Amino acid sequence: MLTHLTPGIQQETPRTETLTRELSYVEALREATDQAMEADPSVILFGLDVDDPKAIQGTTRGLAEKYGPARVFGTPLSEDAMTGTAIGMALAGLRPIHVHIRMDFLMLAMNQLVNVAAKSRYMYGGKVALPLVIRSMIGKSWGQGAQHSQGLYSFFMHVPGLKVVAPTTPFDAKGCLLAAIHDDNPVMFVEHRILHFHKGPVPTESYTVQPGRSRITATGEDVTLVGISAMQPECLAARHYLAAIGIHAEVIDPIWLSPLDIEPIVESAEKTGRLVVVDNGWSNCGAGAEILAQVAERLMGIRDLRVRRMGFAPVTCPTTPVLEELFYPNARTIAGAARDLVEGQPTGWIPEENPALRGIAFKGPF
Amino acid sequence: MYASLYRALYRIRRLEEETARIYPTDRIKSPVHLSIGQEAVAVGVCATLQPQDVVFGTYRGHALYLAKGGSMKAMVAEMFGKVTGCARGKGGSMHLIAPEVGVMGTSAVVGTTIPNAVGYAYALRYRESDSLVVSFFGDGATEEGVFAESLNFAALKQLPILFVCENNQYAIHTHQARRQATTDICARVTAHGIPAERITNNDVLRLFERSQAITREIRAGHGPRFLEVMTYRWFEHVGPNKDFQLGYRSLEEAQPWIESDQVVRLANLVDRPVREQIEREVTEEVLDAFRFAEASPFPNATELDADVFKEEAACSLI
Ligand SMILES: Cc1ncc(C[n+]2csc(CCOP(=O)(O)OP(=O)(O)O)c2C)c(N)n1
Ligand SMILES: [Mg+2]
Repeated sequence: MLTHLTPGIQQETPRTETLTRELSYVEALREATDQAMEADPSVILFGLDVDDPKAIQGTTRGLAEKYGPARVFGTPLSEDAMTGTAIGMALAGLRPIHVHIRMDFLMLAMNQLVNVAAKSRYMYGGKVALPLVIRSMIGKSWGQGAQHSQGLYSFFMHVPGLKVVAPTTPFDAKGCLLAAIHDDNPVMFVEHRILHFHKGPVPTESYTVQPGRSRITATGEDVTLVGISAMQPECLAARHYLAAIGIHAEVIDPIWLSPLDIEPIVESAEKTGRLVVVDNGWSNCGAGAEILAQVAERLMGIRDLRVRRMGFAPVTCPTTPVLEELFYPNARTIAGAARDLVEGQPTGWIPEENPALRGIAFKGPF
Repeated sequence: MYASLYRALYRIRRLEEETARIYPTDRIKSPVHLSIGQEAVAVGVCATLQPQDVVFGTYRGHALYLAKGGSMKAMVAEMFGKVTGCARGKGGSMHLIAPEVGVMGTSAVVGTTIPNAVGYAYALRYRESDSLVVSFFGDGATEEGVFAESLNFAALKQLPILFVCENNQYAIHTHQARRQATTDICARVTAHGIPAERITNNDVLRLFERSQAITREIRAGHGPRFLEVMTYRWFEHVGPNKDFQLGYRSLEEAQPWIESDQVVRLANLVDRPVREQIEREVTEEVLDAFRFAEASPFPNATELDADVFKEEAACSLI
C-alpha cells in the first residue's frame, strides 16, 4: 500500500489582511501543487501538455524538472482512458491530479467521472476511496467559441459523490487546490482563463480552504450578489457601479459549489430581500438555479424575496466579438439587474461604462 | 494538372500568409491554426474528389475548406467575425463549413468529426449514392478512443470512407514518439481490417496519384481505406508566428520539409507565364477576400438568438 497524505498541510486558513506577498492565480496554483508534491510522494500530476513549454499557462512550470517524469507527465490525447487510469491510480493509493486545458474536454471523460469516480465509494459500500483532483479551465474571450468556452460545473454538482470547487482569487486557488489534493474524494477543480491573470495576496506556507467554505467578499444591505467563478470579479465591479447610485450590495463568493455553503447566502438574502445569482454558465439547471432554489426553500414564509438568475445567453457561445459581448453578463448588466430588483421594477438602467471597472480581456492567439 | 494543383496550393499559402501578416492588427479576434507547410495533404486528396463528395476536418481547417471549394471571401469574413462569414461570424476559424461544396464541418475538440464522417458514409451507402466521405484529422486524434471505435464500425459496415491522417508529428508541442508506444499508425489501422498506406514526404503528386486510385476502389464498394500523410507544420500550433525558439523542436528538423516545399515544387513544374497568371489572380483573390471581410458588417444583436434550433422540420412524418 502507498501511504496517504500528508503532514505538510495546515488546516487553518490564515487571515488575508495581514499578507503582503502577491502572487498571480497561476503562480498560486503552481505553488500549491509544488507544496503538495513536496509533502507527499503519492501526489502525481499529469494531463495533456502539463510538461510542455507553455506548462498549462505556467501552472505546472518547472514541476516535471523538479519531480521527474514518473510524477509529472504529459499524456496521449485520451481523456476517457486517462480519467479511468487516474481512478485506478487513486484506488492504489496515489493522489493523482489530472489537468485539462479546457473544461469542454471533460465531456470525453464523463463515463469515468460520473459512472465510476463519483460512485465507487458508495456502490462498494465504503470499501474504497478515490483521492482524485480533476483540474479544468473555462475559456473566455478572443473567440474561444462554441467548444472552448463552456462552464459545465453544474453537470458535476448534479452528481452525488463529486465535489466541485471554483475558486476566484489566488488565495483561494491555492487553499482550495491543497484542500482538493488533501481530500480523499474526487474533486472537480474549476479554473477560469480570465481569473488566471488575477493577482492577490497568498501566504507562503501551505493551508487549505476547506470544502463547503464560502466567503462574503463585500458587505452591504440593499441587495445580495452571488458571483460564481469569473462572475465574482464582475459582481465586485457591479457593486461599485451600484454604490455610485446609493445602492449597497453585499457580494458572496460560494467558492465550493458542492458541498455548497448556503447559510451565508441565506442570511444575506434574508437581510437584503434581493438576491442576484450570476452564473458562469447557462442559467437553465445551472448552479445559480440550485442556489436560488435552496434559498427559496429556506426563506419561504420568512422573508419576501426578489430573485434573479443571470448567466450565459441561452445559446452556443459565438466567436464574433459583437455577439460574444452580449453572450456574457458583465458588471454593468449585473448592476442594472440589481437595481431593478431594488426598485421592484424594470428600470432599463445600465450604468455608463467606467474603464477602471472593465474586466480583463486577453489577446490571443489562444 | 500541375497548374491546377499549383493554383490550389498557392491559394492556401497566400491566404494564410496574409492571415498571419494581418493577425497583429487584431482584426481577427480568435485563434487561428495555420496549415502552412501542410497544404499538400488537403490539396492532393481533394483534387481527386467530386463536388458531391464530402469532407470533415479539424480546427486546422483553412486548407481543407479551400481545397474542397469553400468560398475564400466567406472564410475570411468568418475569421473577422462578420455576418457574411460561412458561419455568420459565429463559428470562427475553427468551425469552417460549406455544405454547398461538401465541407460538412470542422471541430475544435480533437477526434470528434471522425465518427461523424463515418455516419455520413453510412447514410451515403444507405441511399446508394456513389459519393464518398473523407475524414481528415491529425496524428494526435489517433490516440482518442473514438478513432479506434470509428475504424471498427467503418470496417464492419464496409463504408465508403477514406481516412486521412495528417501526421505533422506533433500534438501542440509534444512529439508523436512521446505520446504513442508505436508510431506506426498504419499498423494499428490494418489491425481493424482496413488497408492503410503511408505517404512519407508530403509529396502532393504521389498523394494525388494514390488518392485517385484509392477513391476509385472505395467508390467501387471495397470499403474504407486509410492514408497517413507525413507532413510538417511550419508555424506555431495556434497563432501567426514561428515557434522554434520554444525548444520543443528544432529548425534543423524543419529544414528538409521547408526545402521540399510543395508549393515551390509545383511552381517549378508550371510554365512561367501560366504560373505568373495564377499568382496574379490568386493574389487579387486573396486581397479581395480581405477587402470583402473588412467591408462586411458584424452581425446585429438579433443574431445572438438565431439558429439555436431549426424552426421548420424537413421531414414529413406528421
Ligand atoms: C479532446 C481534446 N483534447 C485536447 C484538446 C487540446 N488540443 C487542441 S489541438 C491538440 C493537438 C492535436 O494534435 P493533432 O491531432 O496531431 O493535430 P494538429 O494540431 O497537429 O493538426 C490538442 C491536444 C482538444 N482540442 N480536444
Ligand atoms: Mg499533429
